[in-house]
Parts: sequence; structure tokens; C-alpha cells
Amino acid sequence: MKIKAISRSTSTYVPQGTTSAPVPRNLNPALHPFEKAREYTRALNATKLDRLFAQPFLGQLGNGHIDGVYTFAVDPKVLNRVASGSGDGVVKLWEMTDRTEVYSVKAHDGVVKDMCYSGDGKLLTCASDQKVKLWDHPSKLEGRSTKDQVKPVMTYLGANSFNSITHHRYDQVFATASSSIGIWDLSRSKPTTTLSWGSDSINVVRFNPTETSILASAGTDRSLVFYDLRMSTPVTKLITTMSTNAICWNPIEPFNLAIGNEDHNAYIFDMRKLERALNVLKDHVAAVMDVCYSPTGQELVTGSYDRTLRIYSVREHGHSRDIYHTKRMQRIFSVAFTPDSRYVLSGSDDGNIRLWRAKASERSHVRSTRERMKLEYDEALKKRYQHMPEIRRIARHRHLPKSIKKMSETKKVQLGSIKRKDDNRRKNGEKLSARVPERQKMVVKNVQ
Amino acid sequence: MASDDEGPLVVASTRPKKVSAKTSLQKHRQDTAAEAEEKAIQSFRKNAVEQYGRGAQVPVKSIKTKRLRENMKRMEHKFKEGAVQAKAAELLLEENPGYLEAEGLEKTYHFSQKDLQKELDVGTAKKGFELKLPNFGPYCIDYNRNGTDLLLGGRKGHVAAFDWRSSSLHTELQLNETIRDVKWLHNSQFFAVSQKKYVYIYDLKGIEIHCLKNHIEVTNMEFLPYHFLLATIGNAGWLKYQDTSTGQHVCEINTKLGSPMSMTQNQRNAIVHVGHAKGLVTLWSPNVTTPLVKMLCHKGPVRAVAVDREGYYMATAGQESLVSIWDIRTYKKVHSYSTPIPANSLHISDRGMLAIGWGSHTQVWKDALRTKANSPYIQHHTPANVVEDVRFCPFEDILGVGHVGGFESLIVPGAGEANFDALELNPFESKKQRQEAEVRLLLNKLKPEMISLDPDVIGTLDRRKAGEKDGETWQDAEKKKAEEKIEIRNRQRGKNSALRRHLRKSGKKNIIDLKRLKLEEMKEKRKRLAQGLAESKREELGPAVARFYRPPVR
Repeated sequence: MKIKAISRSTSTYVPQGTTSAPVPRNLNPALHPFEKAREYTRALNATKLDRLFAQPFLGQLGNGHIDGVYTFAVDPKVLNRVASGSGDGVVKLWEMTDRTEVYSVKAHDGVVKDMCYSGDGKLLTCASDQKVKLWDHPSKLEGRSTKDQVKPVMTYLGANSFNSITHHRYDQVFATASSSIGIWDLSRSKPTTTLSWGSDSINVVRFNPTETSILASAGTDRSLVFYDLRMSTPVTKLITTMSTNAICWNPIEPFNLAIGNEDHNAYIFDMRKLERALNVLKDHVAAVMDVCYSPTGQELVTGSYDRTLRIYSVREHGHSRDIYHTKRMQRIFSVAFTPDSRYVLSGSDDGNIRLWRAKASERSHVRSTRERMKLEYDEALKKRYQHMPEIRRIARHRHLPKSIKKMSETKKVQLGSIKRKDDNRRKNGEKLSARVPERQKMVVKNVQ
Repeated sequence: MASDDEGPLVVASTRPKKVSAKTSLQKHRQDTAAEAEEKAIQSFRKNAVEQYGRGAQVPVKSIKTKRLRENMKRMEHKFKEGAVQAKAAELLLEENPGYLEAEGLEKTYHFSQKDLQKELDVGTAKKGFELKLPNFGPYCIDYNRNGTDLLLGGRKGHVAAFDWRSSSLHTELQLNETIRDVKWLHNSQFFAVSQKKYVYIYDLKGIEIHCLKNHIEVTNMEFLPYHFLLATIGNAGWLKYQDTSTGQHVCEINTKLGSPMSMTQNQRNAIVHVGHAKGLVTLWSPNVTTPLVKMLCHKGPVRAVAVDREGYYMATAGQESLVSIWDIRTYKKVHSYSTPIPANSLHISDRGMLAIGWGSHTQVWKDALRTKANSPYIQHHTPANVVEDVRFCPFEDILGVGHVGGFESLIVPGAGEANFDALELNPFESKKQRQEAEVRLLLNKLKPEMISLDPDVIGTLDRRKAGEKDGETWQDAEKKKAEEKIEIRNRQRGKNSALRRHLRKSGKKNIIDLKRLKLEEMKEKRKRLAQGLAESKREELGPAVARFYRPPVR
């Protein structure tokens, strides 16, 4: 007879003198019943925990401004500094690590309309007092108290009040927007070139950070105009149904840009194909005042006149991934992603600068391997079961302020009735033009 | 070797290079070796996907959206690689399953327990033991989920819970009333005892924790560990589910089939199988008030039911002295075995051995489910002690037998799963590990609504149309589907010869008529078309010329 029976030695499985017992695995599926159901339960728990830990609001920077915050400047090369400009002409520089003020200066007599960093870390501000000012590298101001007068390195005078300013990625060139677009050399006091195409007032102008000689501008005549500095001429113009408030180029995909529109939506456009939008980002119930891409180019934050900011995953469907709001936050005029793409800043009418997490349930502490692995596993599970009704419901649920909820319901009814009316007219044999896709609806005209 | 030519480089040789017979033979050997290796790898991958894969592959090529197709392709590749890696990880398994082989004229069923114990090492031989408890029998028994502890329940009121490996007693109770069944709950800390009137839950110290007053005169109990459900059925034929983690009474269902004879659970999908006096076996989930499936298994009462670990086969013992094996994927009989007298108890081990207790005999059958075995693997006789309950110990080669005169632990080599998964069930767990496992089990507790015939139904697409969905739960739909499967066609008048009936039931596979011939021809034609024109061209040219034919390059 040949015989063998299972005999496990205790010393192998419970070794003496150590607390770490071996963990033998057997991946035979029969030993792991209900794997789908258990995985689903884990995914459900992970989703619930995700919502439980969702605390997006971190705090405000210092004591904010006295007037509303209308603009931010984030230097993509510096992680810990952010500048903000206010309605009373004050510009403040903030230290992000401890959320304190580095310096505050009364830069302009009017509203600080826009700010940007030059390639070498200098700050350019423009305001309604018809001036553009250049401020030195912040490291040279270290140790100065706010009592010391911080003085601009250079002041440029314009003929009209400035609305927007943007600096070239490498060259010593910046562009301003007022009644026309001025292209300036940093070392000269007068613009080298002036560009315009029809508009009486230009809201915003932005250099493309990758295709560096391309310039996009948006005016009050509902136009979105692209210029090429190599030719010093406008290239193409897009007329939308309502005017554009903000432009942001995608830092990763050079052709794509996001615009924030008065019609409550943000649009993603490919500048080569302006006849239709790449994506329509809906959900806001008032005009979108500012948009900002995350440095990864995957996410977009929008600030709106409806007192909320929303974060969108640009690649996915056109609804927001998250909505942030507080009871006291007023209309948002400026938003920014920090260069590490983990935080979002919002500046609103109430003068506060609020700091938010880009991912509401993420924490920034150092994680143990075990914790990290658990989080990664949970993330994969949530992704795998995201379409299950209960998980989707929990993941999507957000508490909205009453006014926003009411407004969004009203908006839904309004849009529904327009659609119903159109359907009815078509049904009853009225000859109407072909249905326009949602992504083309805002396009009025393309001019070459 | 082809590469060891030296001297000036020959740019283009007019003649084919001379190759010695020896080198060509070597090359041929190398090629065949490489081919064989490639073949071995392919078969390894195929086996891996069969063993560890999760169902059929998605037909990726038919997906029209490019993005989705690429995603699905990536996913399929990932799953396949996962299966291959799981198969490769078999190398790390530490233990091998047991075996017992007869040599020469020996037969394995002639070996007594004493013979086996003589041949085994002392530690293993000690696992076969006998407890003489003549006063309170017959004994029903239960091993806990990781096989460390044993629970004995004597009909006349004796309950004992002990760690059978170290033979240390946890608790012993004299309840002075009838005990019909005993069951461990999710770990060895609690157990349920169905007593004369109610079901009671005791902890390991023997302290009565709960009295479940709505479970009356319970004859059989089952515990569904992943759902934390205690399923009981009593003399009145009411199947009741109680959540043991929250204490909530989940549901009670009237089977309407009288007093039950036997009960078991399918570990794969947590469906409860109940054997009735009418010869029916009914399958229940707590979500539907009628049985999911009714199977007429025997002519008399179904005395015992057992389901294997994978949930493929069910064994039933009937009053007519038959033990039948059923395929519970198709609900069809596979084959049956006869016992001299009706069997009292059945159990199927992790590795698919079937234990039958009939009279005072215990038999273990090997390979008896998928195929019909000719003779038992191991036999054991307990003279004058009628066997009440047989149960295999999880992760051990042990069969526990509870009978009138006490308890016996039999060694059955090859019965148990040799390699446990410590993250699932660990026979060597420490106190801390046990506590953590309990918490984890509670966190991942499954809802009773998730119980269904197909345990992987979650995450799949609900293909019912919008109209069909109204009011009907997916459990109802599943029941309907199961009913369709076992539908037997009505008797057709005038067409009832034995042969015809047989043919009708076996799907007319061997009737060859004109229609059939035509269909076959069509099938053949299609096959040829699929193989491409090249094949037909070759046929046309004939074997002598065909070998020179090369299909044109497209």
C-alpha cells in the first residue's frame, strides 16, 4: 500500500519566536466563493468611505483681500507662491505652505484686471487705470516687511484700461487686451504691434504655452479670435451665441483650449477645428467667469457667477466630477490650479481666497505601503463597479445649496420645454432645418 | 551551427551552402526542441485560462467602437495574464494532497483504519480516534469552517465543543432535552443548537447567548457564512433565515411540502437544498417565496442531501436505497449507486469524495461524482452503532462519523484540500488573526438579496427589456430561466415507442434523414468557405499537383 495523508507541521505555519506568521495562498477559485459579490461589496464600501472622507475645503489664504479677488497668477515653476489681485488695486503674494501673506502692495488705482508671470518669475499686473506694471522676482523681497515700499520695476502706460495680460512662454514679450491687442516688448514703453479684428473691447487674451506664437483672445462681440505672431495677423475667428469670459489653453495638448462662456457652459475646442466643440461642460446655472486646466491637462476647474466652482474630467462626459461651495462664498471671478495639481484656489467677490483639495477625499500625509496599496485597490474597485446603480448613485450624490438646486431644476424644465416644443413642431410636419448637435449649438459663424 | 562561418564575407553564393548531415540533424533537433517548448508554453497558458479564467472570453473583434474595442482587448489580455500568473503561482503551494494506492491484489476498501494508522506517521495516525459516548447518542456533528473545532450534539441532550487536534475541551453541556442539530456559526466562537422547541445560540464557554423563539422545532440548520445567515427548517416545513450579525429575522418561507427530511447548502451560491418526504429536492433563496427549482429525485423520502464544493454535483439518498448523483447545472441525473439499506447521511469532501453512512457502515467513494465508480474507496464498520451523521473535516484528510455509540474520526487520505488560503480560512490562525478575519468578514458581509443561482450575476448586464423589468425582480427572472431549463416536453400521442421517446429526449441526435443530410452538407460547405479558397483549389488540383500550389498573396 502507498499512503500519504495531509500532515502539516505546526512549526511551519506557526513558527516559534516570531509574530509574523506565514500567509500561504491558494488561488483556486473554488476556495474563494462569491468573489464578484464580495468585490462589489468592497467597492460599495470604498465608495461610501470616499464620500465620508470628502472634505474639500482647506481654508483661506491669510485674511484675503478687502475688495473682491478678480485674478490669480500662478508661476508654473514655483510650487509655493501665488499672487492675487483685487478690486481696490491691491496685489498680494501668498506663501502656500503656511497660507500667509508675503507682501501686499497697492499696485494700481483701479481694479486689478489680470496678472501673469513672466518666464523668469517676474510678475506683470494690468488694471483699469491704463497701466501695466512689472514686479520683481519674489525671492528678492524676502525679509522685507510690508511697511517697506515694494516698487514696480517698470510701468507701461496704455491708452485705454487693460482687461487682460499674458506673457510669452520664452521671449521677453507680453500681450495686453483693451480695445485692441497690444504686443509689448518688456524693454520698451510702447507696444511693438497692435492687433484687432472687429471688437470694441477685448475681455481676455492668452498665449499658447506650447505653440508659443499662437494667441487667443475673446471680445465682447462674442468672438473668439486666434492670432499668429509670426505673421502679426489674425488667423481665424469664431462667433459664439454668447460672449466668452475666460480662456485657458491645455498645457499638455497644444491645440486644445477651454473657454468659459456667458451661456453657463464651458467648452473645449480644438483650434484647428472650430466648427464644433470637442466637449461641452454643463452643470453651472450662471455664467462661467473663469476656467483653469490642471497641469496634467486632464481636469478643468471652473468658477461661476452662481457662487460655486466645479471640477470636470475633461476626457469624460460633460458633467462635473465635483462641485464645491460654501455658505459665505460669493460670486467667483477667478480660479486656479496649483502647479502640483493637488489644490484649487478660488477668488470671489467677498474678498476671500479659498484653498480646496482637487480630490475631495484625498489626504496629503505620507502613506504607509499598506495604506497606499489599500487605496489603490479601492480605486481600482470603484472604477470596475462604477456603473452599478447603487455605487453610481452614492458616488454622484452631492449636496447642493437650495438656490442652485432650484435654479438647476428650473433650467432643466426650461431646456426640456424648448426641446419638447421643437419636437412637437417637427412631429406636426413643420419644415425645420436639421437638428444641430449640442456641440455645435453655440457656434454661430466661423470667419477665416 | 549556421553562424560559425569564418573568413571573407560571401555576399551572394550561387550554390546553396553545403551543410553536413550532422549539423543539419542538430539543427533539426534544436528546432523540434524549440517547437516542443513553444507547444508546452501554449498548453500551459490554455490550461491556466481554463482553470483560473473567469468564463468565456468577450468576442473583442465584433466591437465596433475603436476605443471600447481597445479597452476590452487590454482587459482580456490582463485577465489572461492574471490566469497564467495564478497558474504559475501553483509552484508556491507547499502541501500535496494525500493519496492511498493499492498494490498488487490489494483493494483500498479492504484497508481498515488500523492498517492505515500503522502505515502513517504518529502525528497523522493520532487524528483517527474514537469517542465512546454510549448514553446520549446518536450524535450529530459539525466541524467549524477552518476545521479546527468539532461540535457534537447527542440526541438526548449532550453537547460538546472541542479542539479535536489538541483534544482540549472548550465546553460540555447537558441540556436535558432533545437535540436535533448543531451548527457552528461564522467562527469557532459561537454555535447554534436546535433543541426540543427553540434554537439556542451558545458561545464557546457554553453560555446561552440567544434563544431564537421564532425557530420552532427545528430539524435541520445551515449557516451561510458570507451572508451571516442561519437557515433553519422545522417540522412544520417553514424555512427561516435569520441574520446572526444583526439579529434581524430576514424571512420565513412556507415550503408547503411538510416535514423536511434533509437539508444542505450549496457553498458556491448559498442556495439551500431541502429534501422532502415526497422525494422532492427543492432549492431556495431567501428572496423568492417559492422554490427556485424543484427536482423529483427519489420515489420515497430524500433522507440525505449533499452538494460538492464547486457547486456542480448534488448527491441525494432516497428511501429506495439509492444514492443518486445529480448535475445541478443542468438538473439532470448523472448516475446512481445502491446501498444495502437506505443511507442516513451523505457528505462530499473538498476534493470531491463522497461519504455515505448507511446502517452501521460508512463508505467513502472516490471519483464517484463525474464518473461512476465501481467500488468504494474506503469502508468502515461500527458494529451495532447506526451512523447518524458523516462529515469531512475541512483542510484535513479526516471524516467525522457521529453514531449511536459516540463519535469516530476516520482517516481518508486524499479527501481534504491540502493547501489552504490563509486570507480566506486559516486552520492555524492566532487569536488576533481570528478577530481581524471576523471584522473583515463583517465588512464584506453580503446582503441576502445577493443570493441567486448564479453567484456571478452581480456586475453583469441586465438584458431584460424595460417592460419586462417592471415589478419583476431579477431573482424572479432567474427562477423563470431555471424553470425553462428543466422543462420536459409533453407526451406526444401516438408517438410513444420506447425508441422514439428516447430519441426525443436525447435531442434526435442519431436520426439521419434527408433534412439532416442537407444540413450537414451545408455545414460542410460553410466550413470550406471559412477555410478559404486555397483549400478548395488544392482539392481541385489533386494531391500530386496541389503541393506546388501557393495561394496568391493578397
